[in-house]
Amino acid sequence: MVNVTASENHIEVRELRLSYGVKEVIHGISFDIRRNEILGVIGPAQSGKTSLLRCLNRTIDFTPDTHVSGTITVDGEDVRRVRNVYALRRKIGMVAPLPVGLPLSIYDNVAFAPRSAGLNRKGELDLMVEQCLRQAALWDEVKDRLDSLGTKLSGGQQQRLTIARALSHQPEILCLDEFSIAIDPVTTMRIEDVLKELRRHMTIILVTNLTQQARRLADRTMFLWKGEIVELDTTNVIFSDKPRDSRTRDYVEGIFG
Amino acid sequence: MNSAAGHVLFVETPAVRRKLRQEALAKWVFCAMAAAMVVPLLLIVGYLVVRAAPSLNLEFLLEVPKRGMTEGGIWPALIGTIYLVFISLAVSAPIGILAAIYLNEYARDNWFNRVINLAVINLAGVPSIVHALFGLGAFVYAAKFGYSIISASLTLAIMTLPVIIASTREALASVPQSFREACWNVGATRWQTIKSVVLPNSISGILTGVILQVSRAAGETAPVMFTGVVFFKSIERGDLFPYYLNEQCMALSMHLYTISTQVPGVKESIPYATAVVLLALVVMVNAAAISLRVYLRSRQKW
Ligand SMILES: Nc1ncnc2c1ncn2[C@@H]1O[C@H](COP(=O)(O)OP(=O)(O)OP(=O)(O)O)[C@@H](O)[C@H]1O
Ligand SMILES: [Mg+2]
Repeated sequence: MVNVTASENHIEVRELRLSYGVKEVIHGISFDIRRNEILGVIGPAQSGKTSLLRCLNRTIDFTPDTHVSGTITVDGEDVRRVRNVYALRRKIGMVAPLPVGLPLSIYDNVAFAPRSAGLNRKGELDLMVEQCLRQAALWDEVKDRLDSLGTKLSGGQQQRLTIARALSHQPEILCLDEFSIAIDPVTTMRIEDVLKELRRHMTIILVTNLTQQARRLADRTMFLWKGEIVELDTTNVIFSDKPRDSRTRDYVEGIFG
Repeated sequence: MNSAAGHVLFVETPAVRRKLRQEALAKWVFCAMAAAMVVPLLLIVGYLVVRAAPSLNLEFLLEVPKRGMTEGGIWPALIGTIYLVFISLAVSAPIGILAAIYLNEYARDNWFNRVINLAVINLAGVPSIVHALFGLGAFVYAAKFGYSIISASLTLAIMTLPVIIASTREALASVPQSFREACWNVGATRWQTIKSVVLPNSISGILTGVILQVSRAAGETAPVMFTGVVFFKSIERGDLFPYYLNEQCMALSMHLYTISTQVPGVKESIPYATAVVLLALVVMVNAAAISLRVYLRSRQKW
């Protein structure tokens, strides 16, 4: 891999270890994420993909009895030393695998984050809500019923609402954790187009079980397995006939086992 | 699948018949038990109301006891009970709810919080007579409130507190964790999360838990008897503010005990009528709790 200068790296992870209780699930991984790239993260269940994202925005703090070591820096700042974790979390948009419509109106679902950050002017909020819902490809379906409950939307719509919410605090980094689980292929494609658009001003981490999705979108792809990086390279290489590690090829071809 | 194979599925074999018989039997047994529970309730209420009938009227509620409590009404006891219940819950509900929010939403699993949890659980199991003695020692003597409404109310508050904490925690725990995580992910603090998502969706359960303690506070005799409730106190008929907080008062539960066992020659229907009033009070409060729950639940968002 070519060495890149520090300024190009948006996120640097060094020797990251994570354990839940005595069980270590991430075993000292190091990698960089470049500014405005889409990094695909693939790997079988339980390989620690979700846990990795939770270390990044420090929601891992909410799980009792976890132990993290190593460093993660975002824009050169060590996230584990950040005092204002709320600002850190707003800098990182997070889309969880299962859609969660908060039990608030559709409007409030999206306005929740700006409001908790202290933005209260109606006009700005309105603009913001519309923009985020448009970006999440949901606006047309809900623009006439912004007052109805987010929880009453269909699963796929709730997932897009979750994406809109993640965009609502104008993050610089967007983490998508298997976002397409609850969404049909057509909508998935629409959102993928949105992601291609967003990457012009965002760094995107795309955790996905659909290896083809990583292939379509990611600039580089990381194959994470049992808490270790098997291979991290440009997507072309990972999905070529000759990745460096034979396990990578087996996994992307679906003959892993 | 061909139709012959499909047909075979619906044939009643002996095993299937036995299963169906067991199912029917089980249903009837369970139903009978549920019904058996209602019978004593109806009997008790019916018996009480019939015996109480001669005294059941508005006058009975508003009048003060007369002729050495052998005649007249129950106003001093009724208003006394309302005082006690109101003040005790005004103390225990806020403390209990806030404590439960801390325990459920903030507390980490460390020895300090384990001690609190243990205390709550054990306190909920302490018999009321022990609360009574504690109240006597703590409020009447140590805090020098004397035998008074304030001592009795605080004793009731201590008694209801652990149950309110437990029921509030349960209500909070019923809000899905994924809601909280979604809020945290967008940079909301715990308090913002509690305020805008957790509380609005658990308030019905919280309030129900609190209101159910009304009946407990109204029904207990021992804790108030030791700390501030007397056999008799002379007040004006229908007076809404007859007591100062540092005075003793009368209470329904205690009054019922007095006129049933301590006073000779009480008009026969009066104890029954007192019981009916106490029961009606409790039923009314519970009904209010249920309708409040239904109302809030219908506005709940998921
Ligand atoms: N809250 C938790 N407490 C204890 N162990 C956990 C917790 N969350 C995850 N783990 C463990 O950490 C390991 C990695 O889990 P993680 O959810 O990060 O995997 P994943 O790669 O996201 O899997 P999937 O593809 O199924 O989402 C698993 O072995 C899991 O059992
Ligand atoms: Mg996961």
